[in-house]
Amino acid sequence: MKLKERNILLGHGSGGRMMHELISDVFIKHFGNEILNEQSDSAILSVGSSEISFTTDSFVIDPLFFPGGNIGKLAVCGTVNDIAVSGAEPLYLSVSFIIEEGFPFNQLELIAESLASEAKKAGILIVTGDTKVVNKGKCDKLFINTAGIGRLKMKNRYISKALNLREGDVIIINGNIGDHGLAVMNARESFNFKTLVESDCASLNHMIKEVLDKYPVKFMRDPTRGGVATVMNELASKTNLGIELSESDLPVNKGVKAMCEILGFDPLHIANEGKVLIVAEEKEGLKILDLLKKNILGKKSAIIGRIVNEHPGKVVLRNETGGRRIVDSLTGDQLPRIC
Amino acid sequence: MKFVDEYRKKDLILSVAENLRAISRKEIILMEVCGGHTMAIHRFGLASLLPSNIRLISGPGCPVCVSSQLFIDKAMAYSKIPGTIITTYGDLIRVPGSSTSLEKERAAGSDIRIVYSALESLEIARGNPEKNVIFLGIGFETTAPATAATIIKAKKEKISNFFVLSAHKVMPPVMKALVEEGVKINGFIAPGHVTAITGTSIYNDLASVYGLGVVVSGFEPADLMQAVLMLAIQMESGTPKVEIQYQRVVHYKGNIIAQQLLDEVFVHSDDSWRGLGMIPDSGLKIRENFSSFDAEKQFTVNVPESVEPKGCICGQILRGIKTPEDCTLFAKKCSPSHPVGACMVSAEGTCATYYKYRS
Repeated sequence: MKLKERNILLGHGSGGRMMHELISDVFIKHFGNEILNEQSDSAILSVGSSEISFTTDSFVIDPLFFPGGNIGKLAVCGTVNDIAVSGAEPLYLSVSFIIEEGFPFNQLELIAESLASEAKKAGILIVTGDTKVVNKGKCDKLFINTAGIGRLKMKNRYISKALNLREGDVIIINGNIGDHGLAVMNARESFNFKTLVESDCASLNHMIKEVLDKYPVKFMRDPTRGGVATVMNELASKTNLGIELSESDLPVNKGVKAMCEILGFDPLHIANEGKVLIVAEEKEGLKILDLLKKNILGKKSAIIGRIVNEHPGKVVLRNETGGRRIVDSLTGDQLPRIC
Repeated sequence: MKFVDEYRKKDLILSVAENLRAISRKEIILMEVCGGHTMAIHRFGLASLLPSNIRLISGPGCPVCVSSQLFIDKAMAYSKIPGTIITTYGDLIRVPGSSTSLEKERAAGSDIRIVYSALESLEIARGNPEKNVIFLGIGFETTAPATAATIIKAKKEKISNFFVLSAHKVMPPVMKALVEEGVKINGFIAPGHVTAITGTSIYNDLASVYGLGVVVSGFEPADLMQAVLMLAIQMESGTPKVEIQYQRVVHYKGNIIAQQLLDEVFVHSDDSWRGLGMIPDSGLKIRENFSSFDAEKQFTVNVPESVEPKGCICGQILRGIKTPEDCTLFAKKCSPSHPVGACMVSAEGTCATYYKYRS
């Protein structure tokens, strides 16, 4: 079907394959350039003699308040993490609000408070912003956009490019996967699961800095929308190397596991907001793992897989019973199954 | 996780596989009817644990996949009636009708909402008294009792803007139809949750008249391996019969209350299955007593007969005659992001399962 006959579907915003098709079919086509075409979470820019990491993200989460955070905290963490995983230290943040007419002041205040407190925690300064109010029904309560810049040390410039990956390199994650996606879904939908699953929403820049100051990291990315599966697939196809993940090593909260079983979801496809995937040489990886485990945001860190020479460009999961399966990117929205 | 981990233990699964290899000599073909079984078999790589004389084929047990194109087309026609809210289970939303899908209609402006239970639709109806809410009732004996209970509740509470478009189906007629059509199998791995509702008597004919083994199985790898072992024992001893492997959930009498609900609200009728055509007595239509909740009785839409997409072999796949790998569209023109046939849409469709777990 020709593009002009099609409409945007929700799946086009899910972070999976449909969104990638949209980006390359429309955005890259019209304003692609050398920097944008890298399609990293942050653009790496040379300004004078400095290297800068620059990124932006919009937050349209429903509900605005969820176990473990709210849209304000998320708007800081999301952008801070995108800068941090590019290897840079986040410095300055812009915040723009699109507010629906009739939105309660006290809620806005709460959101602004957590925005401020998270920015303080992350050590990033909010330096500019914008406010728009739209007619009732023209947006859903409140949308926030943030953009941020960070300083990138020369030695970390290659991290988002995944240049030197080799067979045997280990893949590390700093804790349970899927918490954010399911905590939000549980708050939004009418399941009434009695679970204590909370969003993992957190700024990771201090923890990442500790790692980068001490050990060489080959690649980093935060597995947000589309989950670990989507990041791993992007990495495999970018490097044309194989990735093998081990199901029994994936840290997954019991409640998340149970909700996934009931709804037919794969935790590998579910969004995280306080997780980073790190690829490093095995020897360094073990030290990084120890360091992460000492951090409050990395207590449940684990090596979840390795780079392999087999099945180039593909991600394979070895399961507990010895079976193997291909792990695909998320296609569109995750759809709960009927039975 | 309780009730999951203990049935995924590697040692247990491997020991059942060993028993199976020790006793099984005959060449046998078993059909797993339920989409949930197909998923589990591929997810845990069970086929590779079976001896080479036992082959598993997938049957027509994915409710989304067997919903006819006409049903989807009708649902979309209803969604275009002004003042209508369509409520549906999530995995129906991407199923292609003859020209579009519910997902695309939603983007074009129709009010189509995903619900997790039939009862949720009733809440939506209560909250939107000026609109008509039509719930798309799909699924087998597993989901149909919940639809029935919702209709009864709507009647009791005199909610007049709630309707159901029923494409609910029942399992036994299609299993019988496949056997009568000559699909070559020796036994069925029968659906655990359908049988939890119906009880096992629905399979008696398959064993006594057609000489097939029937074992009702759970959905974890150890369950399925044990079900295959039980069927293999039946085949080796030449004594096909109906047995329950999934005893922690299924009672041979089934769930009497759910059966009564089904009987109160629905009546069996001929129904059309995607790829399989019309199967006598295989559908559940809403009884006259409840016709004020029957969308088909209350609204007229004009939907032309539709043709199945070219090149799609869903029908033969649902019959177990072919596998997705036999299809020229598979993983090329037809993938989860661009499904041609229904078997690719639902996570439990045979094609989607093969796609996800292909190696």
